[in-house]
Amino acid sequence: MKGKRILTGKYFMMGNTACAEGAIAAGCELAAGYPITPATEIANRLAERFPQVGGVFLQVEDEISAIAAIIGASWTGKKVITATSGPGISLMLENIGFAVGVETPCVIVNVQRGAPTTGMPTAGVTGDMVQVKRGSHGDYEIIALCPSSPQEMFDHTVLAFNYAEKYRTPVFILSDAFVGHMREEVVIPPPEQIETVYRKLPEPGTDPTQIKGFLDEDVAPMPIFGRGFKAHVTSSCHDEYGKRNLSDVSALDHFVRKLSNKILKHKDEIIRVEKNYQDAEVVLVSYGAVSRAAAMAALRAGEEGLAVGTFRLITAWPFPEEEIEKMARKAKKIIVLENNLGQLYPYIKAAAAHYADVYFLPPRVLGEIHDPENILKKIREVIQ
Amino acid sequence: MSELINPLHRFIRPGVTSTTNCPGCGNGIVAQAILRAIDELSMDLDDCVFASGIGCSAWVPSPFFNADVLHTTHGRPIAFALGIKMGLPQKKVMVVSGDGDLAAIGGNHLIHNARRNVEMTVICLNNSIYGMTGGQAAPTTPMGLKTTTTPYGAYENTFDISNLVIAAGASFVARWTTYHPRQLTASIKKAIRKKGFSFIEVITQCPVQYGRKTGSGSAVEMLREYKEKSVSVKEAAKLSEEDLQDRIIVGELIDKEKPEMVEEIMKMKKRASGENS
Repeated sequence: MKGKRILTGKYFMMGNTACAEGAIAAGCELAAGYPITPATEIANRLAERFPQVGGVFLQVEDEISAIAAIIGASWTGKKVITATSGPGISLMLENIGFAVGVETPCVIVNVQRGAPTTGMPTAGVTGDMVQVKRGSHGDYEIIALCPSSPQEMFDHTVLAFNYAEKYRTPVFILSDAFVGHMREEVVIPPPEQIETVYRKLPEPGTDPTQIKGFLDEDVAPMPIFGRGFKAHVTSSCHDEYGKRNLSDVSALDHFVRKLSNKILKHKDEIIRVEKNYQDAEVVLVSYGAVSRAAAMAALRAGEEGLAVGTFRLITAWPFPEEEIEKMARKAKKIIVLENNLGQLYPYIKAAAAHYADVYFLPPRVLGEIHDPENILKKIREVIQ
Repeated sequence: MSELINPLHRFIRPGVTSTTNCPGCGNGIVAQAILRAIDELSMDLDDCVFASGIGCSAWVPSPFFNADVLHTTHGRPIAFALGIKMGLPQKKVMVVSGDGDLAAIGGNHLIHNARRNVEMTVICLNNSIYGMTGGQAAPTTPMGLKTTTTPYGAYENTFDISNLVIAAGASFVARWTTYHPRQLTASIKKAIRKKGFSFIEVITQCPVQYGRKTGSGSAVEMLREYKEKSVSVKEAAKLSEEDLQDRIIVGELIDKEKPEMVEEIMKMKKRASGENS
């Protein structure tokens, strides 16, 4: 083999490139995608690197095909990824619901761009924060990570694969054009320091009629194809054995609840937040690229003698409601910073408003990164 | 006295004892042709992975075939099958679905995977109607036909799916009707063995949503009509376009050798990883 699988070392690397390297380091073997700004560099990197290390990148006819192909490949036991931006996610949504419904591990990267519709492809706007949770029809839970740096594009991609495999679910990387195109130091650790998880499988030779391959809140073993498990995989309402049931609504209730509970039951193991709000009167809540401006603003505020802390959502979904409530009990005022018109703000407000005053601040111009000075102004305003 | 069991019964998923097909449906004929082809090739269902979409014919493998089966979203089974084939290149991947699924909503995946010439077998049950939803017009519905969504007669030109797939670049294409189960079985065997994208269109009767509603009659009458309208590829070559109107050209329409994508990927990977240098 020409290429090394894991490029251990220190690099000056673009976020999108780091994401591709994270996928390879996590053991991903198949990617499918369709060119789209500002995510294309992930496909480019995978197309170049994968064949050198035994993987394949497929450029397919559209994003619907991309998500379908990776789900199909995931059912053969491969770790899989697709990377796109908002318009691509819009096309994928039906099959994302399919992946949730038949419990398929896969990683979906959304390098968010100016939207709605075709919007402004090179602008970084985190406008798809709720789409990942509510975009496909029906009730379901999802896992979504919000990297804020090229290093996290690598780290979060590895983590996303581990979550996908552990919980048999699609996992999103909610990046944006800022983080995707940002170039910064990226450290790729040696292989033994990169934790990788692989899905649970039924015992080889198990009687196929006895395999409970679905709807276990503690994650059922996945009866992947080609091993004689004779898996019947349908996204229509089904039971633990994969048997379809289209007539009994209590079967539907069971189907929906078990799928959701599989994530909710384990949310304490999944949810990650970064807290720095000891003794703070005002807490800046943010995620992704905006958290960099929030940290800067908190630092400057400290220099002015203001007690300002930060709270960063690393996982947007499952939503860290309890962590936010805990924070709100201590803080007097909360400023939610997002590069959109307030997408997670209602969720944060619902968790916090009983205990603290909650404000919202977008950047002065959508698609620009927040100016720490502007955040400082807001801090002074709410303190008065 | 020993119990009489259909030799193909071993291919049916244990516990599945009933079918959702209407009386007279062509699904059973096609299901038998597929299983008979697998049996005659001395293959096991574990050598295959099935994918199907949405619509009555997608229920041919799901849940009946005792194999790995992925019952996918509407129009997408070929796109899922591409991923399955990439992950399990040694397995025979077969898509079984309908004309609405494969040629209307899923048309893009059909033509592009035919172009790629990915090794897989696609069986398209063409009943010229949306059966499951109650007899709506499809891209395959004959012009002028009254359906639930064309109550004054269909006004669109009709798709010739086999010709579409030939033009897109598939290496094997055949068309039969449910009146031709033996010929169909023989073509499925060829399709399974073909190193490339193989497509079989089966003109099949929907006596409930098509036959009854459009006045084409019962399943038997529809089969009789297929018998009378069918003309072999060889015979058709001698007839004018006018003579062929309202006829069904049956037989193997194309069988050629061309680069197959999974094999080409293997070659590319060898080049990229420096194994040849």
